[in-house]
Amino acid sequence: MAEPLLAIENLRTYFHTTAGVARAVDGLSLAVAPGETVGIVGESGCGKSVTALSILRLIAPPGRIESGSHIRFEGRDLLALDDRGMRAIRGNRIAMVFQEPMTALNPVFTVGDQVAEVARIHAGASRAAAWTQAVAMLDRVGIPAPDERAHEYPHQLSGGMRQRVMIAMALMMKPALLIADEPTTALDVTIQAQILELLAELQTQYGMSVLLITHDFGVVAETASRVVVMYGGEAVEQAPVSALFAHPHHPYTRGLLAAMPRLGAGRDRLQTIPGTVPAPTDWPAGCRFRDRCASAWDRCEREHPPLYELSAVQVSRCHLAAEPGRRAAGDAAPAHRVTA
Amino acid sequence: MTTPTRTAAAPLLEVRDLTKHFPRRRALFGPPPTPVRAVDGVSFVIMPGETLGLVGESGCGKTTTGRAILRLVEPTSGSVRFDGHDVLALRGADLRRLRRHMQIVFQDPFSSLNPRMTIGAIVREGLTIHRLAEGDAADRRVKQLLDEVGLRPEYASRYPHEFSGGQRQRVGIARALSVEPSFIVCDEPVSALDVSVQAQVINLLADLRRDRGLAYLFIAHDLAVVEHIADRVAVMYLGHIVELATSRDLYREPLMPYTQALLSAVPVPDPTASRERIILQGDVPSPANPPHGCVFHPRCQHPARDMACTRLVPPLEEKAPGHFVACIKQTPTTVSWAQQQDVGATHPPERYLPVAALHTTSRRPTPP
Repeated sequence: MAEPLLAIENLRTYFHTTAGVARAVDGLSLAVAPGETVGIVGESGCGKSVTALSILRLIAPPGRIESGSHIRFEGRDLLALDDRGMRAIRGNRIAMVFQEPMTALNPVFTVGDQVAEVARIHAGASRAAAWTQAVAMLDRVGIPAPDERAHEYPHQLSGGMRQRVMIAMALMMKPALLIADEPTTALDVTIQAQILELLAELQTQYGMSVLLITHDFGVVAETASRVVVMYGGEAVEQAPVSALFAHPHHPYTRGLLAAMPRLGAGRDRLQTIPGTVPAPTDWPAGCRFRDRCASAWDRCEREHPPLYELSAVQVSRCHLAAEPGRRAAGDAAPAHRVTA
Repeated sequence: MTTPTRTAAAPLLEVRDLTKHFPRRRALFGPPPTPVRAVDGVSFVIMPGETLGLVGESGCGKTTTGRAILRLVEPTSGSVRFDGHDVLALRGADLRRLRRHMQIVFQDPFSSLNPRMTIGAIVREGLTIHRLAEGDAADRRVKQLLDEVGLRPEYASRYPHEFSGGQRQRVGIARALSVEPSFIVCDEPVSALDVSVQAQVINLLADLRRDRGLAYLFIAHDLAVVEHIADRVAVMYLGHIVELATSRDLYREPLMPYTQALLSAVPVPDPTASRERIILQGDVPSPANPPHGCVFHPRCQHPARDMACTRLVPPLEEKAPGHFVACIKQTPTTVSWAQQQDVGATHPPERYLPVAALHTTSRRPTPP
């Protein structure tokens, strides 16, 4: 593999609250190669969004990126940069698209101003030049009549259009890495299809890497080349997308895939994962998934599982890799129900 | 035994031409604004024990439809008959009595439970109001209900903030069940939940339906979720039902171009699957100013779309037994070619079913 564009090593982001220390991200390592799309999948509270914010160092107290964490990007350790150095990277080399475009955009500035601001700050462009670039970028992301729309305020645009504005802002400086945190979750399914298509098209054109954070395995299957599944602040499984869907190993990955309602499955009863995610202040000792796992045995309580290498490309944080005979019948691989 | 077949086939809920227009504030000067036509002439029936799925994107009117049936918003016009009663004619105590039989489970399990009441008190409230049980009998009933929805009976003394989203949704379901309804409007009951918990709640709703013979109006934007629970499905767009069919027919052979686009837009969790995709252009128009003719025509991908679609309002007509579609270009249609030509049609109706965009083909070998 080529030198990764982004390499996260042992990232730990803790929130020191009065209720205890919430270990939101707890020892995460992952790499993104140039031009690659990596998906991070998991449910609420698994640490996926905190991972994104940590990369951009947008963690505010009581949150803290603990010492011993490393985030290397284009050969530099982001955690060692001063604020000025970090500002030169944020929105320039690494850009982010947030889930909720209404709260991420400033309601009192026109969208044109907000997109143009990026060029003025990072490229020192003049007001007029930045505006021209902004309009061209709005056009590029498929906003109709961009020279008129640039004069409008966020509330005058639909959710899909606002997300296009967010993408225009993010791509103004042609970043090497785009972090997209649930970019289509707030959108309707037909608009989601438009936005995903736009992102794929722009990625090819600009040759950028994308770190896509989502809870939707469907979105991952269609856009990412590699997937990291997170649970309890940790990566529990990591593999190329085809391997992960063909032979998921971790009981949590399998459970999630089986619990997803799929089109064309008719009225089958859904498989469920019992229980709920434990609180981040209170991860269970040993395996963090064991209370909800059909296969768990005493080793899972005693010993925190390492990431076992299943193959050159797939890792799983589950003792079943060492003792495959322990897999319970209830932890069967999800049946692949595909319409003919 | 005078009319046995008739009684057997009597619908539980009958909604006819339901309309809800929300007025907009008049500007200081200028003409009076047009109202927002949130629901614009919706008709359907639900049989006892049946689940009708109501799907569509934000702003299509699906939630307003559910609320108008229960008169949580007052319909502008139309009729709603429930178990033989004219719901819209009832007032005061009569309406309250009827509401015992028609309940709702809300989307947001955070704002739909009073944070100052224990969950026991929340579930008990309906029992008291409808005088179904009191004292120890009510306590026992509350515990039974909590048990039935998968919560520990001793949770009755806890407050909503102590529970996760999925557990709160179970409380909302227990509250709806407490008054023994025969019909529940489920308004996006699982959209706020994570996948693993969502499956638990869907299965719970399916079990309750089986055990209690409940009928549901299941409102959702997630087509895969609806397929798992509904017997029949209605698709809404801009205040209109544009397609209504059994689940099986709707998912296998959607005939309304909008339904086709909606189904084809759902991402498939299978990286080996190949499927063409219909990408609709633009956004949903404003319900304050809906397009003339067919409300979907500005975004429609039907190859025969022409001037007639912009002029004629398509009737919701039966294209196949039990399969209703509002499209004058999808054969067969009662809107004759001559009528269409009168308003400038250039493309005769034809059967359009983009199979490659609707069904995935997997290259995956069968798993060992």
